Amino acid sequence: MVRRFFAPATILTPVKAEVFATSQAANLEEAQMTEQSPRAPVRKGAARSNLGDYEQARARFTWAEAEKALAGLPGGKGLNIGYEASDRHVADGRGGHTAIRWIAKGKQTRDITYAELARASARFAAALAGLGVQPGERVFTLLGRVPALYVSALGTWKRGAVLSPLFSAFGPEPIKARMLIAEPRVLVTTARFFKRKVAPVLSELPFLKTVILVGGGEGGVDFDTLLAEAPDGFEVAQTKAEDLSTLHFTSGTTGRPKGAMHVHGAAAAHRATAEFALDLRPDDIYWCTADPGWVTGTSYGIIAPLLIGCTLISDEEEFDAERWYENLEREKVTVWYTAPTAIRMLMKAGPDLPGKFDLSRLRLIASVGEPLNPQAVIWGENVLGRPIHDNWWQTETGGIMVSNYLSMPIRPGSMGKPVPGIEAGVVHRGEGDEVTLVEAPDEEGELALRPGWPSMFRGYLNEEERYAKCFAGGWYLSGDLVKRDADGYFWFVGRADDVIKSAGHLIGPFEVESVLLEHPSVAEAGVIGIPDPVALEIVKAFVELHHGVEPNEALKKELLAHARRRLGPAVAPRDIEFRDHLPKTRSGKIMRRLLKARELGLPEGDTSTLERRQ
Amino acid sequence: MTDTELMDLVRKTLFDVAPDLEGEELEARETFHDQFEIDSMDFLNFVIGLAKATGVEIPESDYPRLQTPAGAVAYLRANWAAAST
Repeated sequence: MVRRFFAPATILTPVKAEVFATSQAANLEEAQMTEQSPRAPVRKGAARSNLGDYEQARARFTWAEAEKALAGLPGGKGLNIGYEASDRHVADGRGGHTAIRWIAKGKQTRDITYAELARASARFAAALAGLGVQPGERVFTLLGRVPALYVSALGTWKRGAVLSPLFSAFGPEPIKARMLIAEPRVLVTTARFFKRKVAPVLSELPFLKTVILVGGGEGGVDFDTLLAEAPDGFEVAQTKAEDLSTLHFTSGTTGRPKGAMHVHGAAAAHRATAEFALDLRPDDIYWCTADPGWVTGTSYGIIAPLLIGCTLISDEEEFDAERWYENLEREKVTVWYTAPTAIRMLMKAGPDLPGKFDLSRLRLIASVGEPLNPQAVIWGENVLGRPIHDNWWQTETGGIMVSNYLSMPIRPGSMGKPVPGIEAGVVHRGEGDEVTLVEAPDEEGELALRPGWPSMFRGYLNEEERYAKCFAGGWYLSGDLVKRDADGYFWFVGRADDVIKSAGHLIGPFEVESVLLEHPSVAEAGVIGIPDPVALEIVKAFVELHHGVEPNEALKKELLAHARRRLGPAVAPRDIEFRDHLPKTRSGKIMRRLLKARELGLPEGDTSTLERRQ
Repeated sequence: MTDTELMDLVRKTLFDVAPDLEGEELEARETFHDQFEIDSMDFLNFVIGLAKATGVEIPESDYPRLQTPAGAVAYLRANWAAAST
């Protein structure tokens, strides 16, 4: 069934793009003029956007040209994200500009200038060198949004080492699984996270030589002391565009988590996409609410804003509706990048709350993580005074690939159109390397991208075969099912695999099932995503017990507790249901798709491989 | 209900949502998130659980008042009368 989420009459037209399609220099000039009169009755979105006319920008754009926006290391000695994100601005005379405004839990704020960030990260790089960390070795972070996160990230890149940020809500099991793949030499975390999540599995991580603790404490080296004792003047590693910079873990349907490898050259895409999709400029106050443990929290929570040279807001606290509105008002946020789950929670908190705050500085609101429902886009327009611009990308793409733009009418519910430099198509997979391009509008297929953009992943660490499987017929296959309408807008339909999307996180069912199977009472486990009005999906487990084990409420709680302790609340199931028999294929594989269809009362589809029970 | 009984109810409701915390001591004035790293989905389920157990209607705008054990007890006490009439 083709579901159209919009009627042409509801298309929002916030900007008359064609009227303003002029050069970028003029765009910036006008942006500064609007900046001086933020409360003028004109619609703020009417300011010219970086992108201008979408079609013209696409026609004009080349990656070779976009790469020129990066400074490169002095003397043409290479390209390093750590340098581009700090020292470069100091060299340009903007060292005194605020790079980070950090908001502590207690709401005290701390400003860090580009010069301070450059110096601190150089010291961290020197400290890593002193600890014996070699270029190419992995440094993991397990941190919330604290200043040390940014210093550690930039410092790791400056050392030429590879950064891998972990999600701080992970339990010991996901942390161990990821570390066993990447074998980090250093972990930067807090004493509290270390004690709860790492210490229990530390004996299985012999490669981990140093633990650095932000705020000090037992079990590691104190971050501040390390920085204070490190020398200034560290020379940034002469990395090249194709050298590895970052490793982001993502979940697949089966097997271990996958470490998507990214390079320093990705910076060209981070910068260009932030300019186009987020309309980001050096004078912006930008707030990305993503957790630093996920790719958005790095690509657009750290790298992109610091490449552009604007001020980024970093709030240590988790979601709180009133606090968030307060932040937007007090910090005069101009560009806000958040997620559907957060937006839906704001919607639930009601329309009166935002009315108490002055949100007039907001120029652009963008969202990523899951498809944003049309109601949320329109709620933004009505309640926040700005429509919400959905965009699409994933860990493997490294940066925004499909987006709604300030200068293009939004179709609520659509992810928008490919960013300049990106060719996207809808395809059907065939046998082997064969794919067929879907030409007809509104026909469902897999979203595919032509490889070659700078932030594309360069592989899954130690998993050549799984990497190769992502490509066919000259396309990168995303695993997301979409439709493209007659005007070129893309619409998300669902996942092609069993991966669960919950509150903006990708959760691999296999990882959850494995932990449930560790429990002595469990014979089989099947894990699926159940639709949820706030989180899109929540994780639900179906469990078959060993013969003779009594299914009861106490055992259910015990299994939930076991899963939560091992996986952390974000990954563990929220609900467990006992079943006498789980549907399996004849080869013994749990048919998650069928579990889901039965749970939701959907058509069961092809069940020809289903094991027939006597 | 006395405050002690209310605190027991808060504890039980929390442990139903997050059974891994069973037996943990609750710090009355520290937020659930800071004490136990429960996430927003857990918190939502916790508030829904309290509303179900007590019959007290808890609008979204009041959620911040239930972020600590002491806050939750005070909130339930203040709204109990209205719910039981």
